[in-house]
Amino acid sequence: MEPYKKHESIAALMKRSNVDTDQIIPKQFLKRVERTGFGKHLFHDWRFNDDGSDNADFELNKAEFAGAKILVVGDNFGCGSSREHAPWAIADYGFNTIISTSYADIFYNNCFKNSILPLKVDKQKLHGLMAEVAGNAGVRFVVDLENQQLITPAGNGFTFEIDAFRKNNLLQGLDDIGLSLLQSDKIAEYEAKHKQTYPWLWS
Amino acid sequence: MKKTMYEKIWDSHLVVEVPGQAPLIYVDRHLMHEVTSPQAFEGLRVANRKVRNPHSILATMDHCVPTKDRHLPIADPIAKKQIETMADNCKSNGLNLYDMKSPNNGVIHVVVPEHGFVHPGMVVVCGDSHTATHGAFGALAFGIGTSEVEHVMATQTLPQQKSKTMLVQIDGELSKYASAKDIALAITGKIGTAGGTGHVIEYAGEAITKLSMEGRMTLCNMAIEAGARAGLVAPDQKTYDYLKGREFTPAGESWDKALAYWQGLVSDEGAQYDTIVTLNADEIEPQVTWGTSPEQVVSVSSVIPAPEDFEDEIKSEACANALNYMGLTANTKITDIVVDLIFIGSCTNGRIEDFRIAAEVTKGTKVAEGVTAIAVPGSYHVKEQAEQEGLDKIFIEAGWEWRDPGCSMCLAMNGDELTVGQRSASTSNRNFEGRQGKGGRTHLVSPAMAAAAAAAGHFVDIRNL
Repeated sequence: MEPYKKHESIAALMKRSNVDTDQIIPKQFLKRVERTGFGKHLFHDWRFNDDGSDNADFELNKAEFAGAKILVVGDNFGCGSSREHAPWAIADYGFNTIISTSYADIFYNNCFKNSILPLKVDKQKLHGLMAEVAGNAGVRFVVDLENQQLITPAGNGFTFEIDAFRKNNLLQGLDDIGLSLLQSDKIAEYEAKHKQTYPWLWS
Repeated sequence: MKKTMYEKIWDSHLVVEVPGQAPLIYVDRHLMHEVTSPQAFEGLRVANRKVRNPHSILATMDHCVPTKDRHLPIADPIAKKQIETMADNCKSNGLNLYDMKSPNNGVIHVVVPEHGFVHPGMVVVCGDSHTATHGAFGALAFGIGTSEVEHVMATQTLPQQKSKTMLVQIDGELSKYASAKDIALAITGKIGTAGGTGHVIEYAGEAITKLSMEGRMTLCNMAIEAGARAGLVAPDQKTYDYLKGREFTPAGESWDKALAYWQGLVSDEGAQYDTIVTLNADEIEPQVTWGTSPEQVVSVSSVIPAPEDFEDEIKSEACANALNYMGLTANTKITDIVVDLIFIGSCTNGRIEDFRIAAEVTKGTKVAEGVTAIAVPGSYHVKEQAEQEGLDKIFIEAGWEWRDPGCSMCLAMNGDELTVGQRSASTSNRNFEGRQGKGGRTHLVSPAMAAAAAAAGHFVDIRNL
């Protein structure tokens, strides 16, 4: 996994709540057996017209949001299915940071496996950021994960909270599986006990 | 300390807590389907890792499989490759797979209980959010992403943060016209799609204990629609009777030991929950969703709300957007909504009980003119059972299509889908924009409500039939 580095990037705004994973990556694109190449289908049904041309009304198609790495979006982002294709598409499109008040649990976990930082902020802060982007399209924010700082030109930034374990994994681009495998002895010990207590699960 | 069922399962599955890391918990059962697993197998191969515990895995093919003309090759080359990849991965790793030709094939969350593969007190995962279904057995069952699928295959564990607990207490008696589906929709309507975020829900109360195992599966299945990764129902005699004698259920002396263990899992009297929600079953009417989120739901006797009915600005805007997408006008009676397609099936409502109820409503009726109605059993075993009971004939005589099992129109990956502007009454779990086909308009209902809509061509209050 790629380490998450401090960056200054354009923030894009989607003033929508309850954006579900079916919108992030519609099901017709879930048939591929690779992890790559989903970015071109991100928000497909909103992003494109029936003839395949760009839908000019869709937020992310605005020229000032081109190249944005930060997505500012309404409550409960990523609800619905467990498909990791959603964060794959988001990362492949170019976003590495999402800012919202809340996320669906599975989606939130999936982000950390894909070098995406999903920032949780309170409603008031989110409204401040949304207003700043809306009034100044193309504005650039600085995300400094190491020092847990979001910095914006209009001063709507703040220190954010994040679980120390997840922060460290993101900063170092650590492979979770390797970390768990370091506990192989403990796992084997657990299994030996488990076999004795619940023998019917192992027959 | 008094513990909830969730806390008991959590404590018994804790492998190790390393300071500064998330606790590592053990996974007993790993369920799989073709859509969310290929990249996980690829990851294992690249890292030269092996499946730690092949016997913990049960796999099926369900999302992309055709529900008719199964003998023909799959027409979509990308879906075909995904199906073939699943078969190759299971073969090379020695996993138990119910492929398309297996008499055991069907939707993963329907197939798994049929074989008694999940027991009370287990930790169960699957790269699928509707894994919550298996909470009906008192198992901690939740959906995971593909990276986590790989993690579980390699380590049989997952780093997890402990969830908060929510008790959903439903007392009173459910009317015979309301079902587990209506309870699930009523809960989502009450607490919203983010209401259960960060929580594991335990459903309790008179109305829950009275539900059949099928009903409990329907209810837990939709825990995720209320934001909770898992739902739980305490195991009881119904659970044990359901499990007894199935393929993976312990027998003989093991049964006695297992039973004693299962009986100790129920939440201790006086155990504390972080959140408590109460509903009165007497007040739960047949439900119909009107919007593009499962929380946008009302009872069948209501009218469609207007944006100004919502105080919250974002909810009000969401209502306006949903009405626009759904092609509906505020204040229209639910019973005046005309439907084009009826779908009965899915991991929510594709079990034998669902087809029995729908057949009872369908008997002696005809599908309304201009309406297409399809019945998709959740598994070949459900299909076979229904045919033994003659249910298939009731549907076919009424003009329904009687299909082979699969996820089908629940998420429309296999070619069964709505066209732009088509409106469905569907027993599935999500009414998101485009879920059943781009531009398709989905109304979630119970099997009885779906069957009644098929005959009338519009929603009807089944209490008036």
